[in-house]
Amino acid sequence: MTAVTAGELGGLKPARRGSIQKSRRQALFWSYVFLVIFAIFFLTPPIYMLVTSLKSSGEISAVTNPWWVYQPTLENYVELLTQNQFLVFFRNSVVVSVTVVAITMLISVPAAFALSRMKFWGSATLATGVFLTYLIPETLLFIPLFKIFAFLRDVTGIEFINHWWILIILYPTLSVPFCTWIMIGYFASIPKELDEAALIDGAGYIQMLTKIFIPVALPGIIAATIFAFTVSWANFLYPLAFTTSADQLVLPVGIVTTLIKGDVYNWGQIMAGSLLCAAPPLIVYAFLMDYYIAGLTAGATKG
Amino acid sequence: MAELAAEAVRVPAGVRHTSLQKFMRRRSTIAFAMTLPLIVLIVALVIYPAFYSMYLATLNKSMQRFVGLGNFEFLFRRATFWMVVKQSCIFAISAVFFKALIGFFVAHFVHTIPTKGQRKWRGMLMVPWVIPTAISTIGWFWLFDPSYSAFNWLLGKFGVDPVPWLGHPLWARFSVILVNVWYGAPFFMIMYLAALKSVPEQLYEAAAIDGANWFQRLWYITLPMMRNIIAITVLFSLIVTFANFDIVRILTAGGPVDQTHVFATWAFLLGIQGNDIPLGAAVSLFMLPILGVSAIFILRGVRRRTIEA
Repeated sequence: MTAVTAGELGGLKPARRGSIQKSRRQALFWSYVFLVIFAIFFLTPPIYMLVTSLKSSGEISAVTNPWWVYQPTLENYVELLTQNQFLVFFRNSVVVSVTVVAITMLISVPAAFALSRMKFWGSATLATGVFLTYLIPETLLFIPLFKIFAFLRDVTGIEFINHWWILIILYPTLSVPFCTWIMIGYFASIPKELDEAALIDGAGYIQMLTKIFIPVALPGIIAATIFAFTVSWANFLYPLAFTTSADQLVLPVGIVTTLIKGDVYNWGQIMAGSLLCAAPPLIVYAFLMDYYIAGLTAGATKG
Repeated sequence: MAELAAEAVRVPAGVRHTSLQKFMRRRSTIAFAMTLPLIVLIVALVIYPAFYSMYLATLNKSMQRFVGLGNFEFLFRRATFWMVVKQSCIFAISAVFFKALIGFFVAHFVHTIPTKGQRKWRGMLMVPWVIPTAISTIGWFWLFDPSYSAFNWLLGKFGVDPVPWLGHPLWARFSVILVNVWYGAPFFMIMYLAALKSVPEQLYEAAAIDGANWFQRLWYITLPMMRNIIAITVLFSLIVTFANFDIVRILTAGGPVDQTHVFATWAFLLGIQGNDIPLGAAVSLFMLPILGVSAIFILRGVRRRTIEA
């Protein structure tokens, strides 16, 4: 143990080193024990979803061990992927997410560059304002937005509500403020000497952005892209409030509202669909974990 | 300054003044053009709706008559409203507390093990945060299912009676908090882990030589060094948790008998499903005070950090 008091400090050195080593080993042991416990807690739901998705509906309702698959089958996946409806959800989700990512980057990268490098009147206030908007939750905005789009329909005659593309208008409100904020942080960390060198070589601001800032801050851009993608892929409130017809839904809402029909829960299929929906963010995370985590921590640590 | 350096090279001395002005004008014009899409987006789709929501809250149900604070008066007289206030606070405070606690300890455990294993563990422990909340909540819903609950099956093996996870008000409250903690703790873990990495190792070595035990090291070194990041993360999470929608909506939809409603789900029920948009707007506005207070403190923390850096 580390209960080495000041009095003992003058004592034998080997003994002290031994006790520190022993306490290290003990700390390591307990760390692993608790990590295993928490890993079980954190991974139980996804694993159980996987187990269920591999069961036939007969096996799900049978009185057997729910945590084990006796006759694994892929019928739930096959059924979903051959079913037109699920593919429509998937397509809607992909189109919405990809477009939102593109819009987000087109808006937030130039804005972050201007706010971090081209000081102009009110730029500092605006940067703070961007951060504050990020703090306004979607749950505060969905009711007025719903009313605004209903009003716009009356004025313009265009039906906004119940079309999947309305999400392309709505999702940037979630992704742009945060992406701008972390890009400001990344751009601010680029040394000023680089700007000077570029200016001396006669580069304009646009060239400076595309030839220096974007390549140098690429890790930040990747992190922001991942964030924009996961946010628009996972959002549940906006599609639930703004889209209702089955062919206009995106994945999470589609699974919740159409696969659960009244009281009949086809759990195997629901779980298979859920995992297919969780797969893209998980794959992105598996391959780009460092960028993903950098983006998460940048929000509060940089800036 | 970069601009001046460029000026000195590019512009002959005689015409410096006017072209400098031109340059400045051009620079700020470009900068403004670059931020314009951002400003339009924020003003049109965030700030305007936020204020519009305050206006909406003063209208009657058909939105034709101004009723002033009538909607609020109506809410204050309803017992359900006060229950929603109470439940939102219980939900947010206890969920954030346990998220912070679990995140802190898990971050410590990950930090203790050898560096080459940390990536693997961190990768595994982050999974709840990566899966879309709506999706993982469906998974939890299925784990809690009254007739096929996998938890109750396990408890049954130990001879414990089945637990009505979502059927009984108290258990349902416990369950929504549990799912929220499960989902949010990895975020705290990752933030604290980043903070722990930034504490200089020499401090711990010095403390170990001085004979500090693990608690003293935690209390006198780790916590003070992490104070800022802990505060920011907690406030951040408080806002997000207070405004949570997905988990409660999917797990219980507010039931049993409205006992698990939080502001967001109740506002959705009244405003979108119940077609009373002003009342829904009035309910969602109650998220503003906690939002404002947290935002002020977060901003202070972020500013302080910028000055330090």
